Amino acid sequence: MPSLDVAARPFDPAVPAPESIVSVRGIGKFYDAMEALRGIDLDFPRGRLTTLLGPSGCGKTTLLKIIAGLIAPSAGEVRVNGRAVTRPGPERAFVFQDFALLPWADVLRNVAFGLELRGMGKSERQAVAGKYIEEVGLSGFESRYPHELSGGMKQRVGLARALAVNADVLLFDEPFSAVDEQNRRKFQEDLLRLVAIERKTFIFVTHSIEEAVYISDRIVLLSPRPGRLSQVIEPRIDRAGQPETIRRDPLYLDTVEEIWQGLKRYVD
Amino acid sequence: MTRASRNSALSAIGDDAAPILAITRPPSRSWLWRLASLVLFFLAWEIAGRAPINPAFPPFSETFAALAGLAADGSLFTAYRSTLQPLLLGLLVSALAGVSLGVAMGLSRRAEWFLAPVFIVLQAAPMAALVPLLTFVYGIGLTAKTLAVIMLALPVIALNGYKAVANANPSLVAMCRSFQGTRRQQIQKIIIPDASPVIFAGLRLGVAAGFIGVILAELLITPTGIGDLITYHRSVANYAEMYAAIVSIILLSSLTLAGLEAFETRVLRPEKRGGHAIA
Repeated sequence: MPSLDVAARPFDPAVPAPESIVSVRGIGKFYDAMEALRGIDLDFPRGRLTTLLGPSGCGKTTLLKIIAGLIAPSAGEVRVNGRAVTRPGPERAFVFQDFALLPWADVLRNVAFGLELRGMGKSERQAVAGKYIEEVGLSGFESRYPHELSGGMKQRVGLARALAVNADVLLFDEPFSAVDEQNRRKFQEDLLRLVAIERKTFIFVTHSIEEAVYISDRIVLLSPRPGRLSQVIEPRIDRAGQPETIRRDPLYLDTVEEIWQGLKRYVD
Repeated sequence: MTRASRNSALSAIGDDAAPILAITRPPSRSWLWRLASLVLFFLAWEIAGRAPINPAFPPFSETFAALAGLAADGSLFTAYRSTLQPLLLGLLVSALAGVSLGVAMGLSRRAEWFLAPVFIVLQAAPMAALVPLLTFVYGIGLTAKTLAVIMLALPVIALNGYKAVANANPSLVAMCRSFQGTRRQQIQKIIIPDASPVIFAGLRLGVAAGFIGVILAELLITPTGIGDLITYHRSVANYAEMYAAIVSIILLSSLTLAGLEAFETRVLRPEKRGGHAIA
């Protein structure tokens, strides 16, 4: 198993990361006869952004949905804040690849929808939603409907909805794959700002190496068919600077290249 | 809205910075086109009637004069009193039972196995052949007419409701689960609204089928109401009056369907109101 010198350390399941909020133990998943995941052991440190990265078919989305409680694993256990996961819970919120917005509801109701399901009063939940609409930069669009928004704006609505329920862990399933490249870059920069101010744990699924290195504190590489843990990388990139400084940082470029060399053999 | 400004609305789509215009045609103009289409149709009818194609085919002007006459002497309203009662009753039963059974089939595997085959067979059956059989059991009264309406309207309403619910967007259902929505919330807040366009399409088809059902019943089994008006004027060769009766039922059916559509847009699909265009 190759390891990067400064930028990464080899994964050692015997030493759990301190303060882990989500722990995954021995997770395996079969879809009928097809083995999607095998023997996944992972800890997600509190307050960090961890990315699950790998080629298609490595089971990264399946793993995320198991953590979310949307899919039941065939083997193993997920614990969040020490409690075993059997279904979705209030300490986790999900951001969907296809946005999953209610087409018949305006932005305000969509963002407040998680709170509406919890039975929060209308004026109270609208106040909370308004705050997060502002935070994701959608002020003035409260009474618009999803079909009036671009892909990037729709995903901002999805993000605000997840933030509004004030979960500890935010789960992102390839949130930018249906968003165009320019909006994706802008969104990644905004996400870094959010990670800094929101003090939440982010678990992020992507197939973009650049995206993973740009935004992540930790990158978990999965290998395909069946999905297994391949490597854990912690890019120590200074994110205090401007976005363009990060994208030109030699450490950023080296990490991207190193991951690509590691994943290359899985590409047909 | 001019063509140039409509083009600029199109180019704004996908741009995060600019407010995006809903691309809806101005309603006044679409009404104009519909009106033009009707005028053209009536004009063609008038010309064809005057040609004449057939002595039994009166022009538009004569037909509408006859319609006014039927309304004036009250026979139109007497006829509708006896037609509307079984129609409304039958449609009410079909709408309530059809939507509930359709939603039940979409939600529950057991209900699907138990009910879906019945409705599929009923929908395939040639109802015009079955409607006269009702008289053997229920005579020629209100019950037979109401049942004829239900036989035609119920299957299409139930089957559309079933398909709409069974095909509810799985991503929205997963979203509701991920925010700990209960099964009840999932059905009320996700599945039913998501299915409502197709449920309403079924209701519109069902209402149209109900009109066919009541007229079939009146023509085939119980000579009363508007069906009797049609039959009577045909038998005495008052072709303008006969066409006037037919036109009146088409008019009523169209208005009912338009009303249903307006109700759906107003109550269930606010995003289709298209009231968000920014000048």
